[in-house]
Amino acid sequence: MKPFQYTKAVTQQSAIEAIAKPGVKIIAGGTNLVDLMKRGVTAPDKLVDINNLPLKSISLDKAGQLHIGALALNSTVSESPLVLEQQPLLAMALKAGASPQLRNMATVGGNMMQRTRCAYFYDTTMPCNKRQPGSGCGALEGYNRMHAIFGTSNKCIAVHPSDMCVALAALGAEVTVSSRKGSRVIPFTDFHRLPGDHPEKDNTLADGELITGVVISNNKFAKNSYYLKIRDRQSYAFALVSVAAALEINNGTIKEARLAMGGVAHKPWRLYDAEKALAGKPANEESFNQAAQIAMQGAKGYQFNSFKLKLAPAAITEALKHAAGIA
Amino acid sequence: MKVKETAIPGNHNLMPDDRTGKSALSRVDGRLKVTGKAKYSAEYNVKDLVYGVMVGSSVTKGTIKSIDTKKAENAPGVLSVLTYLNAPKIPGYQADNPSPKGPLKIFYNNQVYFNGQPIALVVADTFERALFASTLVTATYDTEAHQTNLLTNLDKGVSTRREDKDFVKGQANAWQSAPVKVDAEYIIPTEVHNPMELHAIIARWDAGDKVSVYTKTQGVKSSQRSIAQAFKLPPDNVQVTAPFVGGAFGSALRTWPHEIAAVLASKVVGKPVKLVLSRADMFTSVGYRPFTWQKVSLGAGADGKLTGITHEATGQSSVYEDFTEGVVNISQLMYACPNINTRYRLVSLNVNTPTPMRGPGEATGAFALESAMDELSYALNIDPIELRMRNYAETDPSNNKPYSSKFLAEAYKIGAEKIGWTERSQKPGTILQNGWHIGYGMAAGMFGAHRSSSTVTAKMQADGTLVLQTAVTDIGPGTGTAMASVATGVMDIPADKIKIVLGDSSLPPSPTQGGSQIAATVGSAVHDACTELKEKFKSMAGNTDPADYIKILKQQGLDHLEVTTTSKSGPEQGKYSMYSWSVHFMRVLVHPATGVVKIDKAISVADAGQILSPKTARSQMIGGTIMGIGMALMEEAVIDHRYGRLVNNNFADYHVPVQADIPQVEAYFVNKADNILNPIGAKGMGEIATIGVAAAVANAVYNATGKRVRELPITPDKLL
Ligand SMILES: Cc1cc2nc3c(=O)[nH]c(=O)nc-3n(C[C@H](O)[C@H](O)[C@H](O)COP(=O)(O)OP(=O)(O)OC[C@H]3O[C@@H](n4cnc5c(N)ncnc54)[C@H](O)[C@@H]3O)c2cc1C
Repeated sequence: MKPFQYTKAVTQQSAIEAIAKPGVKIIAGGTNLVDLMKRGVTAPDKLVDINNLPLKSISLDKAGQLHIGALALNSTVSESPLVLEQQPLLAMALKAGASPQLRNMATVGGNMMQRTRCAYFYDTTMPCNKRQPGSGCGALEGYNRMHAIFGTSNKCIAVHPSDMCVALAALGAEVTVSSRKGSRVIPFTDFHRLPGDHPEKDNTLADGELITGVVISNNKFAKNSYYLKIRDRQSYAFALVSVAAALEINNGTIKEARLAMGGVAHKPWRLYDAEKALAGKPANEESFNQAAQIAMQGAKGYQFNSFKLKLAPAAITEALKHAAGIA
Repeated sequence: MKVKETAIPGNHNLMPDDRTGKSALSRVDGRLKVTGKAKYSAEYNVKDLVYGVMVGSSVTKGTIKSIDTKKAENAPGVLSVLTYLNAPKIPGYQADNPSPKGPLKIFYNNQVYFNGQPIALVVADTFERALFASTLVTATYDTEAHQTNLLTNLDKGVSTRREDKDFVKGQANAWQSAPVKVDAEYIIPTEVHNPMELHAIIARWDAGDKVSVYTKTQGVKSSQRSIAQAFKLPPDNVQVTAPFVGGAFGSALRTWPHEIAAVLASKVVGKPVKLVLSRADMFTSVGYRPFTWQKVSLGAGADGKLTGITHEATGQSSVYEDFTEGVVNISQLMYACPNINTRYRLVSLNVNTPTPMRGPGEATGAFALESAMDELSYALNIDPIELRMRNYAETDPSNNKPYSSKFLAEAYKIGAEKIGWTERSQKPGTILQNGWHIGYGMAAGMFGAHRSSSTVTAKMQADGTLVLQTAVTDIGPGTGTAMASVATGVMDIPADKIKIVLGDSSLPPSPTQGGSQIAATVGSAVHDACTELKEKFKSMAGNTDPADYIKILKQQGLDHLEVTTTSKSGPEQGKYSMYSWSVHFMRVLVHPATGVVKIDKAISVADAGQILSPKTARSQMIGGTIMGIGMALMEEAVIDHRYGRLVNNNFADYHVPVQADIPQVEAYFVNKADNILNPIGAKGMGEIATIGVAAAVANAVYNATGKRVRELPITPDKLL
């Protein structure tokens, strides 16, 4: 680990000023950043601790929008009565992630910004275009069991590891960010990006921007939503694939569907075509199977992850069945 | 808060301890452990302590061209950076071992044999500074093509030891002409012991020719010998202290290069050195269960009687040292069969040397043999327990000797009843409940019931405290508790009047904790020492109650009375075959669409002779079963063979079971004494707790789904 400076920001303004300079990184829960620093993957000159900023609240506005501060803990959000009542899908996804100890430290902003768990990214002796642009992709022809089947490039096939973000993508949340230039809102599905020619960029957050929170607009999914995570052990493991499914069902007919997957792409993978196909269909296994087939269009397997081509549609159907209450 | 005692399923028949008639002892060091008062090797506050951190090779085979240690040496707090270029020669490395193969010699020359091999040790005044400086050491290499993949090198297998020569009883390959056959290949990946406690050592030179170490070891006497040998010291000049060991499972059976490096570094800097391996180091520094390929072929008549067993296995070791294990032995011993042949081969690869991991070769072998037996049971359409009973060995099939004791049939009965075997369907994939397939599976295990020599001092003090001393370690199975339990029985005193002193090389000798021999060996020595001590009291008692030790000592004007007794096996060894036996039953749930496997219930039953300490025996058994579940479902150290480097050497990516993976595990004991093996009737159980578990899980998965997984671990992708 490279020696670095550490300061604690007391106001949002001072945090924004601090991160405007190059080489400065925010630290929130530290559960990802510290690991990356220890492994030499990231070597900031300066850390700005933002844990004292007043960005921890969870509230509902008059329009029924749920606002969650960037520093709300993963554990707090997953147990919040407001979240459980309004957006239970988010709580389920959070509870499927990491371990209680980690969730007690991890923040919403940090979770969004966590980096891939690709082994080649973590091991500084190996090639990785994400860590060191131009060095090659170790996973492409390496041990790629955990890797992407959608939206890959020949530069990177890593996945975004978050569970929380899969739910937020499905729910169509928005991210609020602030910088010296002011504030802006980023649709959640535009926050993370595909690797393309620049896998070093995980997302569209600009240099100097601070995530202040996420907003989830009012919806009617609370009754019929489910987060399914398939993993190598029952807890404390990253997803082989995961599915966030949210349905609005009227008299057995699907009015609106939201679907997103984790563990399959460089970003939480929204399944727009499958969602469209579900609208107006009866909420039964046949519709779900059809949607799952549609969802898989364009998927591509690699040496060790081809099983995801079978597992993913099975998981989609299964998640939808749970969401519809027919599992 | 008072905790309510709840009935614990599994060992109810042993509460209270049916041997002593008293309530079963709780772990004697339990309170120390849960209150943090038990000190582990990294936790000693030694004056002037400095810290070492290792640097590993980033290439897999070749020679070191250059090492740049300048930056590290100039970093704050750094006292020394040892490499092969500047490290003083280790005397024991030079002399008496002309054989080209042997333990890795650390900082010996520029050769790199495997990825992660230590090439430097940085010593600094704080751990953080040593760690930082270690990142500043850089090396260049002349690399050569390496081999780390066993499956692409199977043709290079050789027989390396006399014990591993091909075994033939009756006719070889007799299975081929049988009416019903099974012929299948099985693979287990590399598994790493990964005890919770990291390997750690503190080394301090007390004089020019005297060294003390606190180290994680399963044998304080063997560590003493190894360090003495390496530094050419009289063994008594090496003090090894390890009263508590936070699990090891075999990884601390020997003295590893990092321990030699710490002792060396302490000599160089003239200060005590602490070296704690990182979790990543644990994957390349302290052995592992080796990746192994196997082929088992069984032939049977329509009546289910085996007519031929053939078992071939190829394991892996490093290029500098051979490590072999008894993978195929189980097939020579388990079933009555007129024709048995086995073959074991070893391939040298650019990896570090494996070391026995709980249930060593037998756990590997049992996965193949007991899976194949299950396959045969379906081929014959005979219940798997019935098939095993039809081939039950009443005498040792390899040499026709009688068993000192064997109650495996009883264990089958207990297990079958407890799992609800009658609910099982002989036709796989037929029980579906709430969207999950249900399957039942079973598999047996066996391991040699060993007893070697142990010397115990039993000392009765004036205040009535009995002190028991011997140089054994307790790596977690409850050795100290079993010792106390034996002593309370003989001396008829409460356990809180017994003080157990162990884990110190200056104590009377006992063997290394390993190979499931300690309860039988040390327990017998405790028994013999206490019996002798009691006799002494009797002879002095006169009119006094011989059990009133305090009074007798007072009458005699003694402040204590002690005996030191050596106790070991006798002529029974040649006459009998001695084994512990186990059977594991699993009920599993398998999700048809996603391939997720959940263990719903696990029952393990052991014939481990007389149970000395019911509570710790139960814990030991459950721990072994869980380890087997890890082996079955998730553990796998993965190497990217292009680089020869591990890609999951951490606890996020190398999965061991967590609470959520483990259902109710119940342990039962036949609990019948083996009166031939030793005076206390106990047989070992550390290994049999794990041996057979992986096959039981795989067999249950087959019963649930009709899918036979022959390559561990059974992850969801293999069931799609
Ligand atoms: C062993 C292990 C297992 C795990 N398993 C899972 C799992 O199964 N599922 C899952 O979803 N996650 C898992 N995680 C990841 C965990 O969720 C993340 O580490 C955590 O969410 C990161 O949050 P943090 O607050 O600790 O972030 P930090 O580590 O503090 O920061 C991470 C990154 O976010 C940036 N950052 C933080 N806050 C802000 C902000 N407000 N604005 C802009 N940038 C910011 C930091 O600069 C840094 O780059 C696991 C982690 C570990 C270590």
